[in-house]
Amino acid sequence: MSVSLEGIGLTAGGQPLLHPVTMELSAARPHVLLGPTGAGKTTLLRLLAGLDRPSSGRIFAEGRDVTGRPVRGRSVAMVYQQFINYPSMTVFENIASPLRVARLPRAEIEARVQGAAGLLRMTPYLSRRPLELSGGQQQRTAIARALVKRAALVLMDEPLANLDYKLREELREELPRLFAESGSVFVYATTEPAEALLLGGRVATLSEGRVTQVGPAGEVFRRPADLATARVFSDPPLNEAPARQGDGRLVLAGGIVLPAPAALLPDGPCTIGIRAHELSLDPLPGAVPIPAVVRVAEVTGSESYIHLDVGGLPWVVLAPGIRRPEPGEAATVWLDPRRCLAFGADGQLAAAALAEPA
Amino acid sequence: MSGAQPRVAAPVGRKDAAPVPAVLPGTRRSARPEMLRAIGPRLLLALYIVFLLVPIYWLVNMSLKTNAEIASGMTLWPERPTLENYRRIFTDASWYSGYINSLKYVLLNTAISLLVALPAAYAFSRYRFLGDKHLFFWLLSNRMAPAAVFALPVFQLYSAVGLFDTPWAVALAHCVFNIPLAVWILEGFMSGVPREIDETAAIDGWSFPAFFVRIFLPMVAGGVGVAAFFCFMFSWVELLLARTLTTVDAKPIVATMTRTVSAAGMDWGLLAAAGVLTIIPGAIVIWFVRNHIARGFALGRV
Repeated sequence: MSVSLEGIGLTAGGQPLLHPVTMELSAARPHVLLGPTGAGKTTLLRLLAGLDRPSSGRIFAEGRDVTGRPVRGRSVAMVYQQFINYPSMTVFENIASPLRVARLPRAEIEARVQGAAGLLRMTPYLSRRPLELSGGQQQRTAIARALVKRAALVLMDEPLANLDYKLREELREELPRLFAESGSVFVYATTEPAEALLLGGRVATLSEGRVTQVGPAGEVFRRPADLATARVFSDPPLNEAPARQGDGRLVLAGGIVLPAPAALLPDGPCTIGIRAHELSLDPLPGAVPIPAVVRVAEVTGSESYIHLDVGGLPWVVLAPGIRRPEPGEAATVWLDPRRCLAFGADGQLAAAALAEPA
Repeated sequence: MSGAQPRVAAPVGRKDAAPVPAVLPGTRRSARPEMLRAIGPRLLLALYIVFLLVPIYWLVNMSLKTNAEIASGMTLWPERPTLENYRRIFTDASWYSGYINSLKYVLLNTAISLLVALPAAYAFSRYRFLGDKHLFFWLLSNRMAPAAVFALPVFQLYSAVGLFDTPWAVALAHCVFNIPLAVWILEGFMSGVPREIDETAAIDGWSFPAFFVRIFLPMVAGGVGVAAFFCFMFSWVELLLARTLTTVDAKPIVATMTRTVSAAGMDWGLLAAAGVLTIIPGAIVIWFVRNHIARGFALGRV
């Protein structure tokens, strides 16, 4: 099954909520919409579902134009971030809801509901009501309802955001598998870069109502097309530094010269971006030392996030092991040019590495 | 017996309002403020409830007395209790038909108000349309005019179309006040239901009427109950329109009660019995919505 968007956009009150998007969604791999809150993920999902009408463009399902077709007539299932179930019905009836409406034979409904409930380990709770369940169980009820329908298009809007850590890990692993077997086009919206990478498949990054890049998750992560994409796809936030290319040299704001081939970047201002885990507090071969001041250190078990002030810019370094430098202490960050992203003045990626990997 | 014991025991066991503390000599000075603190709130509450209940008690009291006893002086309870007053109401058609007439138009009105208000409240809660906020406020402003304003035009109109002196006349007239109120209450309750439920039902394929009845209504059942309660109560106690729009066939109980001055003077006991019977339906309805009533007074907004 496949769904394709051609210039789908939404404007409300003269303000564009979603700039026109053109993309192909196939059943082969999960699709992840990645972006911060307010980037337009939910808007795009609602347009895909047919809950909202696009102000421009067309949507095709299986090659047929379904633009403007009301949601009742579409083969869609959706799971929201909030746990949405019908409180007056039992869990069984909640899961069976789309099948009851479709007037499937009783035995078939029973079999499908039991199957989905088994996969999501909800079998013991089928006779309860949703509000008597924990949050995780409520969300699994909603997911089961999306699963039994065997819809051509399954949409998930941050379905795991309100769940506790353990459940999230578990479901994150299971979800793509559950829906891959059904042959549905699976679209998953999230704010977390790690989730996008773990789910694999194709990623579409969104920033301020714009789809900035579409591609395989790993590739988009390694070669973000522009600064906005790199920012969306970095957690902790991307470390950035203004720089200038001129006279065959690349100079950072503090006067530090980065070794880079002269032909790599055009002359003029540019932005260097590097992710927290690519920086080091210990000398690295081929890296450039940059003086910094420690602001705060966060230790998360086996790793430490060291927040630094680098010439007035807030940077974060992910250091292995437990390190507790005192705030105000001087530190040296080692910047490996081979791991730097360089963006031109227009924000487009100019180079995914300032030097060939050694 | 130690001095501390009565200090602790007295307030706990004390349910009546008589604040005479049993304090042993020698402990008096230190015990008094403590006693006050323990009994004070109970005393206030007791007084409050007494004042609230006195008129109702007096009504019940009177309804069980004979006219002679009522007129002869003050007695705190009936000396010769009688059910004669109640018997007359239940056997005399001019009395019991008043209750039937009242119930007819009250139930009619409650049903009409809810049937009209449910879709209207859903629309106000779920859709944005031109002038929705103004229209919503205008609805409530209908309640700000006194009933007397509507009495004349409605009387003339009903006379012209032949609705006069029917239960429908009063039921429809009361809609002017009850539909806006029901819309406001229901809108508040409906806006508390996440829109995603509607969408999920649509995605599942539910038709709108099926969704509304099977899924949505159970979620706002409390609101429906509260709206019904307010419609019922308003319609039940409203006097002016009910009396203006009826004469004989549909004469409501409130009208019967205010016209009962016979040649022999006031029939106090009978009126009191009628009063008691008039309170009962309201009390029953309140019982059903007691858990939602506070939210109802806030028009469903929490």
